[in-house]
Amino acid sequence: MDLTLKIWRQKNREAKGEMKSYPIKGVSPDSSFLEMMDLLNNELIEKGEDPVAFDHDCREGICGSCSMYINGEAHGPDRMVTTCQLHMRKFKDGETIHIEPWRANAFPVEKDLVVDRSSFDRIMNAGGFVSVNTSGNTQDANATPIPKEDADNAFDAATCIGCGACVATCKNASAMLFVSAKVSQLALLPQGRPEAKRRATHMVEQMDHEGFGNCTNTGACEVECPKGISLENIARMNREYLSASMSSDS
Amino acid sequence: MTKLDAKIPEGPIAEKWTKHKNEINVVNPANKRLIDIIVVGTGLAGGSAAASLAEMGYNVKAFCFQDSPRRAHSIAAQGGINAAKNYQNDGDSTYRLFYDTVKGGDYRSREANVYRLAEVSANIIDQCVAQGVPFARDYGGLLDNRSFGGVLVSRTFYAKGQTGQQLLLGAYSAMSRQIGKGKIKMYNRHEMLDVVKVDGKARGIIARDLVSGKIERHSAHAVVICSGGYGNVFFLSTNAMGSNVTAAWKIHKKGAYFANPCYTQIHPTCIPRSGDHQSKLTLMSESLRNDGRIWVPKKKEDVDAIRAGKLKPTQLKEDERDYYLERRYPAFGNLVPRDVASRAAKERCDAGFGVNKTGEAVYLDFSSAIMRYGKEKATVDGIENASDKEIRELGEGVVEAKYGNLFQMYEKIVDENPYKTPMMIYPAVHYTMGGIWVDYNLMTSIEGCYALGEANFSDHGANRLGASALMQGLADGYFVLPYTIGDYLANDIRTGPISIDSPEFVEAEKVVKDDLNKLINNKGTHSVDYFHKRLGKVMWDKVGMARNEKGLKEAIAEIQQIRKEFWEDVRVPGSVDGLNPELEKAGRVADFLELGELFAKDALERNESCGGHFREESQTEEGEALRHDDQYAYVAAWEYTGEPKDAVLHKEELEFKDIELKQRSYK
Ligand SMILES: Cc1cc2nc3c(=O)[nH]c(=O)nc-3n(C[C@H](O)[C@H](O)[C@H](O)COP(=O)(O)OP(=O)(O)OC[C@H]3O[C@@H](n4cnc5c(N)ncnc54)[C@H](O)[C@@H]3O)c2cc1C
Ligand code: SF4
Ligand code: FES
Repeated sequence: MDLTLKIWRQKNREAKGEMKSYPIKGVSPDSSFLEMMDLLNNELIEKGEDPVAFDHDCREGICGSCSMYINGEAHGPDRMVTTCQLHMRKFKDGETIHIEPWRANAFPVEKDLVVDRSSFDRIMNAGGFVSVNTSGNTQDANATPIPKEDADNAFDAATCIGCGACVATCKNASAMLFVSAKVSQLALLPQGRPEAKRRATHMVEQMDHEGFGNCTNTGACEVECPKGISLENIARMNREYLSASMSSDS
Repeated sequence: MTKLDAKIPEGPIAEKWTKHKNEINVVNPANKRLIDIIVVGTGLAGGSAAASLAEMGYNVKAFCFQDSPRRAHSIAAQGGINAAKNYQNDGDSTYRLFYDTVKGGDYRSREANVYRLAEVSANIIDQCVAQGVPFARDYGGLLDNRSFGGVLVSRTFYAKGQTGQQLLLGAYSAMSRQIGKGKIKMYNRHEMLDVVKVDGKARGIIARDLVSGKIERHSAHAVVICSGGYGNVFFLSTNAMGSNVTAAWKIHKKGAYFANPCYTQIHPTCIPRSGDHQSKLTLMSESLRNDGRIWVPKKKEDVDAIRAGKLKPTQLKEDERDYYLERRYPAFGNLVPRDVASRAAKERCDAGFGVNKTGEAVYLDFSSAIMRYGKEKATVDGIENASDKEIRELGEGVVEAKYGNLFQMYEKIVDENPYKTPMMIYPAVHYTMGGIWVDYNLMTSIEGCYALGEANFSDHGANRLGASALMQGLADGYFVLPYTIGDYLANDIRTGPISIDSPEFVEAEKVVKDDLNKLINNKGTHSVDYFHKRLGKVMWDKVGMARNEKGLKEAIAEIQQIRKEFWEDVRVPGSVDGLNPELEKAGRVADFLELGELFAKDALERNESCGGHFREESQTEEGEALRHDDQYAYVAAWEYTGEPKDAVLHKEELEFKDIELKQRSYK
């Protein structure tokens, strides 16, 4: 396949960026999107130009590193996949593809397509855990049976990979889907229940503090989320948060 | 050759660990505050260690090269984690897990370490559940198990095909709690580029801030390396793109022995490569072998017809298929250990029975399982006289619930529906059993420097059983190191903070800077990947699934040549200041080019077949691996002396007191 790539180039956090155009030839439709980027970078290096910086690691949709905004969609046109799982067979020969970084105040661009998502870590530090120390005497794992349905729902929420596509997609750059996934997972399990309200309050406070926008329930995040994290999590979190702000144990 | 002291405690094997814990020094809680520990890596090993050490009161500095600790390569582990819980009442026990692991490792691991691993395994599951890890459960609300290759019990705990993700997020959340409390200082996007030794002890590291490019000095009373495995020396592997040997190799060059570098696991069930653009290979979890049956056509004509697209695999009748694992190993069938399954696939493909264009693929077929589960489900749901179509649909639902994400991953990559047509798989490099040599306390041969997780060599011998790496990483980090490190640090409570202005830090920093500048200023003609791919090809062809003396000698010479060309001709764009992924890669490949040679040298030295190491010169009449216990029942620990070719071999003789040495048989 022969393609034209229009890619956001930005030297560092302070620099002004711009879209630049790169023709690319002979892309195999069986290659992944990132393998196509590898091909481009190899050409750029051999020509003595600066290759395009982008985040990636596992290349199988689980680490949450890759993060490209392709043709106006987070992780590109395919559904339920990350950028690294997107394959070139989803594009047409001769097509022009626009590639940009995630855009959000809370995710400043470091270089080209690489953004700083440490705000997500700080939200986690504020409460995304169960307060339990490592101990060789924790109670037996089967001491508290957990209804399969709760365990399954908790699991579904727990599959969030922290990629930030939900934020990049949202017109308000809200991080509600990400935060609610963690809040829900832990609230659904007996181990996480005791701190559920406290957790919701602290994580939401940190989210606001980081400069993420408000959730206005447009639902765009759910559509673009590569892991199918459901909007129900946001509803569940709102319940925790509201009940926390109305009770004193927050 | 000196004798290595593994510091294995005296006494019966079942009592060693408890006795050791009772006898070693501890640091009192008030003094822990005076002690700094550097943890390099935030995978299961590093994440669990950092969190536990911080909870105990030590000041921890943790490093990872990704933008968040949550993205460490452990996140990608799919199938599960072992623990001797015996929840299924199928006769599992600490002893049985210990026995299976030693046997699975083809009698090349250290008994005492493996026993301890089995002993603490049950605690891991308790700890993870307490953190909110959502393991799979049955309708009664209790934890579910599956079985994995090389064992006859069901002891694997799992969270669909995302077990590593869930366990890592558990460790990451424990870390997050300590980061929030200020007990862990987290350095994301930082790469350790050297260890600093003061008076023979590890007292810090030199790291590069990957965003600003700044070279930093960090000091501590002890340094813990949890940097993962080095499978990417093959270029193509199932490891994440960034997985590398640099941290381990740098400590090796400063005095840490590298043990059994040639022990590599080639995993039998990966998606075959599709072309030259391939940047990595994708694993299909071994748990699939619980339900998938592996086969190739019996007749060459059928192979040809399939390759030409004239015949579909589903059109072949049962008696036209060769279920070669079931045929060769009736007792274990499709669940033989990984090394055995991989070699068997290679044997069939080398004989011309590979089922795709490249001739390097076999089928993994779920149709029997789909029908079996469908019938069960129909019975449970009370559906009478269900048609084949209905049964198939019900069965597909059951299979989807178990392996949905894996099937989806396969479909995205291959563009075929594995519910309707068998998957194609082929072996790929997956895990490295070799690694930094450590004693029973997980200390390397540098005082105060420890190695945990896949980065060390200790528990899996010459072959790792499925679902045991996650177990080992978490055992090391949650339950072993936090105790053993105290024994060493008890002598450091009066040392005070370690200065970063000593000549040792200054010198180490200078060497790191010089190396980086050399790479940038080289201005050659080829990209880093060009050299990495060449190295990978030599490794795969001559140091891969089957090895022989001639090939290994050639490999050593070729790797030396590629290394020479790399330093003459590599082109690294950009500058040392600022974010420069090509520079990061260049440093890593430079280290792979040294490790690769030591790897081949180790494989050459070990003239026996064991586990993942198959020397063609050493096989039974049936083509099975043949060990030589009289000559090779030792750990090969290599000391760096200047060039990989001059590395000096030290042997740790392995003693088997609790398990009788036997040739493995899975028939
Ligand atoms: C696809 C796949 C599936 C697997 N499935 C299973 C399974 O089902 N069950 C099982 O038991 N095992 C499985 N394994 C094996 C298992 O996942 C790994 O062995 C294990 O996770 C390794 O953990 P670790 O903590 O040692 O290292 P890793 O998770 O690899 O972590 C390495 C860490 O070190 C950091 N690092 C490395 N070098 C540096 C440096 N120089 N400076 C700073 N930081 C550095 C990285 O940033 C990272 O944080 C699987 C492996 C793969 C590839
Ligand atoms: S909720 Fe979905 S889109 Fe948002 S960070 Fe998690 S996985 Fe990514
Ligand atoms: S690179 Fe890991 S999710 Fe895409």
